[in-house]
Amino acid sequence: MATAAAPSILDVRADFPIFGRRIDGRPLVYLDSAATSQKPESVIAAIDDYYRRHNANIHRGVYTLAQEATEMFEGARERVAAFAGGQTETTIFTRNATEAINLVAYAWGREHVGPGDAVLITQMEHHSNIVPWQLLCEETGAELRYLDVSDEGKLSLEQLDAELARGDVKLVACAHISNVLGTINPVAEIVGRARSAGAVTLIDGSQAAPQMPIDVGALGPDFYAWTGHKALGPTGIGVLHGRRELLERMRPFLGGGDMIRTVDFQRSTWNDLPWKFEAGTSMVAEGVGLGAAVDYLTGLQMESVRAHERELVGYALERLREVAGVRVIGPRTAEERGGVISFELEGIHPHDVADLVNRENVCIRAGHHCAMPLMRRLGVPATARASFGPYNDRSDVDALIGALAQARQVFGV
Amino acid sequence: MDDLYRDYILDHYKRPRNFGELEPHDLEAHDHNPLCGDELGVHIRVADGKIVELRFHGQGCAISQAAASIASEEYVGMPLDEVGGLDGEWLIELLGIPISATRRRCALLNLKVMRGATTGDASWPNGGG
Ligand SMILES: Cc1ncc(COP(=O)(O)O)c(C=O)c1O
Repeated sequence: MATAAAPSILDVRADFPIFGRRIDGRPLVYLDSAATSQKPESVIAAIDDYYRRHNANIHRGVYTLAQEATEMFEGARERVAAFAGGQTETTIFTRNATEAINLVAYAWGREHVGPGDAVLITQMEHHSNIVPWQLLCEETGAELRYLDVSDEGKLSLEQLDAELARGDVKLVACAHISNVLGTINPVAEIVGRARSAGAVTLIDGSQAAPQMPIDVGALGPDFYAWTGHKALGPTGIGVLHGRRELLERMRPFLGGGDMIRTVDFQRSTWNDLPWKFEAGTSMVAEGVGLGAAVDYLTGLQMESVRAHERELVGYALERLREVAGVRVIGPRTAEERGGVISFELEGIHPHDVADLVNRENVCIRAGHHCAMPLMRRLGVPATARASFGPYNDRSDVDALIGALAQARQVFGV
Repeated sequence: MDDLYRDYILDHYKRPRNFGELEPHDLEAHDHNPLCGDELGVHIRVADGKIVELRFHGQGCAISQAAASIASEEYVGMPLDEVGGLDGEWLIELLGIPISATRRRCALLNLKVMRGATTGDASWPNGGG
């Protein structure tokens, strides 16, 4: 459908080769960027160029290729750190957000959390930000407590204050943006209050880093985790920004090559930050790819990416209201949300909704979105979820709305 | 007409046969498909080694619920020791619709629950993934 009346803030679909793909002769309507993003040509080309022209193991080689590869990887780290407002030496590459969170749970948590302590998380967390804390609490005898999610998909700062006032909270971990509700959490307030109460904070920025300007330095959490593949980068690379004082005092997470300074028969000493936390050969091509991804996003300007997604979400919320039987879950306005909309369609299970709209090449996700406790809290077995990236525009929303109308017809509801 | 969501599938989804609870019952099992949140339980009454009555209960997608409803009509009257020998192909054929790999577990959940209740084997029937 033509959308000439309201041009998108960004018009970048042509930068993403996958949208040249036709399935059954028709274009792709990709509305699953919260699960993973599509990749621009520049990211694919950077990985290709790395393997074709520069591939070598990094850090210790003296020959030209090894120097180039090292510079490309460490250069990517600098740009990734700058992209998120972090410092290069405290920006650690991991496999994904999940590994970044586990790094903190193991290397910081095992040392600082014990019986009688509490770890405070929220009911809207992704399993990645739940299970590592369950394991930690099980092992150490600490208590895992949750901040509630309101019917509108929000947290309560009053409840946070009450929890912190109990005096036993050692760590607060919370999503910046919920991958199910879309809620943008008040992380600056959460971090500030936790800090005043002496608790360490970890923010899961997996959904935020791809969508909005992030300034980890200004925000001030002790740890901020995100994942490359949702931010236009490749799979296999994630990021942990950490507070230097904590990282310096922490024991390593994994042991092996690269993370050591010296190894003797019985003992070893650790490499400097960030390499102390990067055992084994790094994901070099993936780092280079993520560097290209943040270059691309920086070129678009994250303020524009955020504005683009807010505009699209506003349009989608409006159009979803036209479809009888749709119930949108989460905050009411686009201002309070990232580019994620979970919904239910009365009389049709989300799994069937996703299957039916797929006939129109509309890719949405159905299920628990790795947030089973949240599904419980919301009282739904699953939701359908549409989510947006910089390459989407109003025509994608129109295609979804059309496909939902057809789904209702098939089911006779 | 839709290939997958045929009229009889939607009819079984909207008006499932043999659904509800059965008290008292001789056998029961409950299971779910974590991928999509489909849930299904069963209560079974047995006499002379045969299933004389059964009720499924749960919630889930049209395929999982309709498949349970359609298969329930086959399970009633079946000797208990035959249930363990049923395989995924039997069920898919019974449904008569093209089941893609991603929907296979939806379709097979009822057989998994039935085998759990009658044999204690809670693994996915062959082809369940
Ligand atoms: C909020 C949130 N946290 C964590 C993750 C985990 O990301 P990954 O699987 O790349 O570690 C995801 C993505 O699935 C997410 O949406």
